[in-house]
Amino acid sequence: MTTMTPTHASTPAPPRSTRPSYRVTGVRVLRSEWAKLWSLRSTWITLGLGLLFLVGIGLIAAARYKSMVSSGQPMDPDLADATALSLSLFGTPLAQLALGVLGVLVTAGEYSTGMIRSTLTAVPRRLPVLWSKSVVFGLVALVAGTAGVFATFLFASGIVSGTNAAMTLSDAGVVRSLLGAGLYLALVAVIGTALGAVLRSVAGGISVLVGILMLIPGLISLLPSAWQANISPYLPSNAGESMFALHHDATHLSPTAGLLVFLGWTVLTLAGAAWRLARTDA
Amino acid sequence: MIEAHQLTKRYGDKTAVDRLDFTVRPGTVTGFLGPNGAGKSTTMRMIVGLDAPTSGSVSVNGRRYAQHSAPLQEVGALLEAKSVHPGRSAFDHLMAQAYTHGIPRRRVDEVIELTGLQSVAKRRAGAFSLGMGQRLGIAAALLGDPQTVMLDEPVNGLDPEGVLWIRNLLTELAADGRTVFVSSHLMTEMALVADHLIVVGRGRLLADTTVQDLVRQASGDTVKVATSDPARLREILAKPGIEITGRAGSEELLVTGVSPRSIGITAAEHGITLFELTAMTVSLEEAFMELTRDAVEYHGTTGIQTPGRAA
Repeated sequence: MTTMTPTHASTPAPPRSTRPSYRVTGVRVLRSEWAKLWSLRSTWITLGLGLLFLVGIGLIAAARYKSMVSSGQPMDPDLADATALSLSLFGTPLAQLALGVLGVLVTAGEYSTGMIRSTLTAVPRRLPVLWSKSVVFGLVALVAGTAGVFATFLFASGIVSGTNAAMTLSDAGVVRSLLGAGLYLALVAVIGTALGAVLRSVAGGISVLVGILMLIPGLISLLPSAWQANISPYLPSNAGESMFALHHDATHLSPTAGLLVFLGWTVLTLAGAAWRLARTDA
Repeated sequence: MIEAHQLTKRYGDKTAVDRLDFTVRPGTVTGFLGPNGAGKSTTMRMIVGLDAPTSGSVSVNGRRYAQHSAPLQEVGALLEAKSVHPGRSAFDHLMAQAYTHGIPRRRVDEVIELTGLQSVAKRRAGAFSLGMGQRLGIAAALLGDPQTVMLDEPVNGLDPEGVLWIRNLLTELAADGRTVFVSSHLMTEMALVADHLIVVGRGRLLADTTVQDLVRQASGDTVKVATSDPARLREILAKPGIEITGRAGSEELLVTGVSPRSIGITAAEHGITLFELTAMTVSLEEAFMELTRDAVEYHGTTGIQTPGRAA
């Protein structure tokens, strides 16, 4: 069988025959984004701050409630109908900012530093980068946020036990609210990531994020009241709040409706980010 | 192998790259030359898909860059602008790039060693000097062991030792059978490494040639002759297609269209004494300036106009 004759050692092998076969896959892009997230100091600092706000402010609110109850002072109107749950979620508005800002940094930070050129030459199909960033950071925020609110609730309910605000995890709606809060924080993180990719500017992304979450709900009061009732519940911040509020009055959406509306906002910003990423020059 | 067909990029009404056609072949170093603002960086960005062409196309190893399943293995690119997050260490940066392709950590260590970054690999890239940043960019470009290596102004910011290192690296990569495409606005630098030259100005292709041809073309085979009797030599050389210039009272003539050899023979036949007979070759730098004179975007206001040096 002459055809089977092995190649002689003297025959120079083609120089490129031993090239390894690399390949870009979705999982590998995820792995890369995971590594990128944790290899920056700003991630640890911002995430740490977010958790500090979440837990710290919740505990301070609980401690203040407790001290007002035990000293017999007239109750602050803010805290009059507080529950262990509402007290432990006191830090959410600030924590959402920290997570949202980190989300903006995850994408817009690459544009401001030029890293995006490396990222997109490695993954020139581009969209997997956006999905991976959103999934990685969304999950990190989900875990951190959920763990944060549960821990805060456990400590806060311990602090306020024996008062009118006392509550335990087994009370109706508590676990649902806490999970809703964790999910809300995760979606804010994803919205931040998407906004960063839409605007490609850290300052711009953060401004729009703050505007959406904190300023627009205040400005809506300028509208005629008939409009307010129709628009207000669907605003991102109010729909998001419905996800973790324990009681729902007529002016708020139900938790499920709130989740769906807030998911809708998230998908909308992500779609904008995908369009900008795929269609415009890096 | 890089192939551009009618590659065009417009920003508003400014045309950065204007119907470029060229092919960069494996096994040689191809220089991409042009004054600043000639469209070199834009062309390179289009090659790796960062910018989309307004019209026309460019392919790498037969396909558009984005259509390859392992793009870093096809083209390794060092772009002119910084492409690294300053807060990340060199090692982490390379590792993040490697993960996307399943490139092993061993290869990351290899390119770190190859570029001499061992001692600073764990330091934040933001603290790097220009030269170290450039080495990190080259390490990233070589990470996927690419068929085609494309470097935008690689010697910028490097010390003489670094420049020499780049030159050797480019020559080795080409000898290895790879396609090497290097841009520069410095002709002298290119002359030392490049075999083939693609010259652009204002986005247009000015020349697609070899270094020798460019010089020959620019010098236009002019011969300088010094003689005891310039008037008589002028008379006997005069023929259609031959151009002779010379100042009155000078011994020197500049003759175009005849070889130095036949001028010598003719002079000898007529018994004219020659003091000097020189073929005029221009330097590569002069050839380049000649070629790009009209294409320089920013002219200096001093007497000497140096392409590509105005701020």
